[in-house]
Amino acid sequence: MAIKPKPNELLSGINYKPPLKQWMDEPVEFKKGYYCYGAKPKNLEYIGFPNGREWNSSEQDWKLVDNWKEIFLEGMENLLKKFRSFRLFMDICVRCGACADKCHFFIGTGDPKNMPVLRAELLRSIYRRYFTVAGKLGKIAGARDLTEDVFKEIWYYYYQCTECRRCSVFCPYGIDQAEITMMGRELINLLGCCTDWISGPLANCYRTGNHLGLQPHTIKSNFDYMLDDLEEHTGVRVEPTFNRKGAEILFVTPSADFFAEPGVFTCMGYLLLFHYLGLDYTWSTYASEGGNFGLFTSNEMMKRLNSKIYAESKRLGVKWILGGECGHMWRVLHQYMDTMNGPADHLEAPVSPITGTRFDNAKSTRMVHIAEFTADLIKNGKLKFDPSRNDNLNVTFHDSCNTSRGMGIFEEPRYIINSVCNHFHEMPDNTIRENTFCCGSGSGLNAGEIEELRMLGGLPRAHAVKYVKEKHGVNMLSCICAIDRAVLPPMIDYWMPDVGVCGVHELVGNALIIPGEKERENNLRGEPLPGMEEKGEEE
Amino acid sequence: MGMIFSLVAVIFLAAIAFMGAKLNLFGLFGVAIPYLAVLVFIAGFIRKVIKWGQSPVPFHIPTTCGQQKSLPWIKQSKLDNPSTTLGIIGRMALEVLLFRSLFRNLKTHRTDGGPVYGSNKWLWLGGLAFHVTFFVVFIRHLRFFTEPVPAWVNTLDVVDGFVQVGVPHMLITGVVLLAAATYLLLRRIFNPQVKYISLPADYFPLFLIIGIAVSGILMRYFIKVDIIKVKELTMGLATFKTTVPDGIGGIFFIHLFLISVLFAYFPFSKLMHLGGVFMSPTRNLANNSREVRHINPWNPKVKLHTYEEYEDEFREVMKSEGLPVEKE
Repeated sequence: MAIKPKPNELLSGINYKPPLKQWMDEPVEFKKGYYCYGAKPKNLEYIGFPNGREWNSSEQDWKLVDNWKEIFLEGMENLLKKFRSFRLFMDICVRCGACADKCHFFIGTGDPKNMPVLRAELLRSIYRRYFTVAGKLGKIAGARDLTEDVFKEIWYYYYQCTECRRCSVFCPYGIDQAEITMMGRELINLLGCCTDWISGPLANCYRTGNHLGLQPHTIKSNFDYMLDDLEEHTGVRVEPTFNRKGAEILFVTPSADFFAEPGVFTCMGYLLLFHYLGLDYTWSTYASEGGNFGLFTSNEMMKRLNSKIYAESKRLGVKWILGGECGHMWRVLHQYMDTMNGPADHLEAPVSPITGTRFDNAKSTRMVHIAEFTADLIKNGKLKFDPSRNDNLNVTFHDSCNTSRGMGIFEEPRYIINSVCNHFHEMPDNTIRENTFCCGSGSGLNAGEIEELRMLGGLPRAHAVKYVKEKHGVNMLSCICAIDRAVLPPMIDYWMPDVGVCGVHELVGNALIIPGEKERENNLRGEPLPGMEEKGEEE
Repeated sequence: MGMIFSLVAVIFLAAIAFMGAKLNLFGLFGVAIPYLAVLVFIAGFIRKVIKWGQSPVPFHIPTTCGQQKSLPWIKQSKLDNPSTTLGIIGRMALEVLLFRSLFRNLKTHRTDGGPVYGSNKWLWLGGLAFHVTFFVVFIRHLRFFTEPVPAWVNTLDVVDGFVQVGVPHMLITGVVLLAAATYLLLRRIFNPQVKYISLPADYFPLFLIIGIAVSGILMRYFIKVDIIKVKELTMGLATFKTTVPDGIGGIFFIHLFLISVLFAYFPFSKLMHLGGVFMSPTRNLANNSREVRHINPWNPKVKLHTYEEYEDEFREVMKSEGLPVEKE
C-alpha cells in the first residue's frame, strides 16, 4: 500500500509556526490517515479488558459508557498515587520549550499539539482542573473540564506518540512524554478505547505466545522454510530445537524475526551463529515473542505477557536467557522484567559457555542482549569472518529508541558491524545514539490506516539516511529492532528508494565462516555475493 | 492574553504594596505578610515534596544518554548513563548546577530537502544565567539578615561589584538577573512555538521576578531608601524581635511585598521544579536494572495464560509437528 501524497507534497505542507488561536480554543480535528481504528470487542474480551464494544473512531459517537468521566478521573487519581513519575511530571514542567522541536511527529507534521510539552499539557490541563486547588480557577490556571471532545483529543495525540523518549533527553527535569503517554493510554484502556492494531496483537500474544498469532505448528513450518533457504545458501543444515527441556539457554526474539522479510534474514544470522558455536539452546513456542505490546497498553498487561519468558525458562530448566534484536522488547526486559516477574531465582547469573565471560550487568535479570553476547565472542576471537562478503553493502546504523534511551547499547552493535563489514558510515551526530530518531511507527503505531502519519514521523530518520546515502553511498540501514525491520523498508522507500534495511546479525550471518559450508555464492537474502555476480550483469 | 493578565496582576500587586506604605501599614507589609509568606513557602514546599514522596517509583526508568555498562572493554559513559550511586551524584550535579540536558538543546530547521538540526545554546545560557544570578542575589541578601555579616557574604559583594561602576558599585548579578529574566520573557513573546505553549503561570512568575529585580535595582541606585532602617527591620524579622521603623520609603515595600508573593506562590506553581528536579526518576536512578532488582511496592497480581492452558489448546498440533509436550 502506498499513500497518495507524493513526498514533496508532504514536505511542503510542513509548517512549524503554530496558529495564533490559543490551543485550548482549538478543538481537535480528526485527520484521515492520522488515527487508528478502534479495538474490536472480541480482542478486549479475550484479555479481560473492560468496556469493549463495537465502535468506530471516525464516527462522532464513540459509545462511551455513561460514567466514563468518573472512570477516567478515578483512574487518573489511582495512577497519580502509584507513579511518582506521573505526579511529578504533571507538576514541574516549566514549559521552556526545549522538547518542542525534538519530537519526530512534530518535525514531520508541524502539528503544535505534537510538541511533547503540549501533548503533556492535554493531560496536565485535566490534572490541574481536578487535582489541584488553583485549577478550580479554570482556564487562567491552565485547567479545563474533561469533556468527550477533550478525551478524543487526548486519544488522538496519545496515539501520535511512539514513546521514543527523545524529548526526555532534552528536558532539564527529565520529564518523559513516553511515561505520560503510557499513563494516558492506561486511562484510554479503562474505557475500552484501545486501537485495533494494538489490541489484536495483545490478544494474539496472550493466547499463542506471539503478536502475530502464530501457532506452534506454524512456527515450526516457518522455521523449516528458513532452514531450507539457509541450507541452499550456505550448505549447512541447521537443526534448532523447540521447547526442549534441559537446554542451557532459552532464546527469545520478536516473532517478526521468523515471520517476514527482512527479519527472517536476521533470524538466519542467529541460527547460523548458534549452530557454529554448538550452543546448547532452545526456542520456545509458548514464549515465542520478545516484543511486548503491553508496554503500549497498561503495566498489568505488560506484566502478563512478559511473565511467559520467566515461566518458560523455569519449566524448561534453562540456566539463563538470551534475547534477540528488538527495541521495545529490550525496554521491557531491561527496565521492567525483573521488577514485574522476578526474582529469577530459578536461573543462574549468565556466563557465556564459549568465552567464560560473566555478564555481570545482567546478573539479576539473567537475560543477555545478543549484541552483548556476540561482541564478547568477537572480542575473544571465537568467530571467523570474511567481511568482504558484505562488500556490496555500504552500511549505516540506526539506533533504536528504546535500546538507546532506555538501556544505552551503542558500542556493542557498532563493534559487531565493524568486525563483519568493511564499509560503515555514521549518520549525523544529532540523529544517532541518544539523539536517535524513531522509525515513526513504534509503540503500536504500525497500522496501515495511519501510513501518512507514519511517513511523516519517519521523515527525520529518512532524511538522515538520505544524507549518508548522498555523501557516502550508503545502501544498507542496519538496526537492532524488529519494528524497524518491519517499518523502515517502506518508509525509506517512500522518501528515497534504494536503501535496504537489515538486522545486525544478518550481516554477521553473511560474514561468518562456518566449517563445512559450501563456497558461498549468495548472501542470506539469496542475492549474489560481491564478485559472484555473473559477468556483465553488474553493469 | 495570559501575558497581559500576568503583567496587570503584578502591577496591581505592586500598587497594593505602594498603597500600603502610603497608608503606613508597615506592620502588615513589613512583618505580617513576609512571615506569612515564608510560612506558606515552607509548609507548602514540604507538603508538595511529601506528596511526591508518597507516590512510589514502581519501575526503574532512567533515560539513558550514553553507553551502558556492559562488557569490561567497552567504555561506559559514566555521567550520562551512570550505573553507580557516585555516577548518579555526578549526573544530578551536572543537571542541577550546569543544566546538562538543556546544554544538549538543538534547533530544528526546515529545509527544502527535509529537517536539519543546529546547535542552540541560548536557552541554556539564559536559563543558567538567570538561575545562578538569582542564587547569588539571594545569598547576597544574607547581609540584611545577619549581624555581624559573615566575611564570605561581604566577599561575595566585592566580587559581584568587580566592575566598580557607579556609587554604590554596580553589582553585576542584579543586572544579569534582570537581563536574563527579560530574555526568558521575550522568547515567550517572540518565539511562536514557546508563545503557543505559554500559560499565565509562565508569565506571572517572570513579571514578578522582573518586578523584584527592578525595584531592587531602583532602590540601590536611584530611589535610595534608608538602608540603616531597612536593616533594622530585616534583622527584627530574622531574630523574631520585630520592629517597624518608619520612613523607609514605598519602593522597599513594593520590593518586599513582591518577594512575599513569590514565596507564597512558589509551592503551588511550576517553580516547584526546584524540588522536583531532584526526584525525577528518569535522572536520579542508576542504569543497573538488570544487575540489581528494583522493587515495585504494589506489584500487582495479574491473571496469566499459563503454559498448561497453552498446551491444552495446542497439544494436538504440537504433537503432529513433533514438539515435546508435558501431557501425552
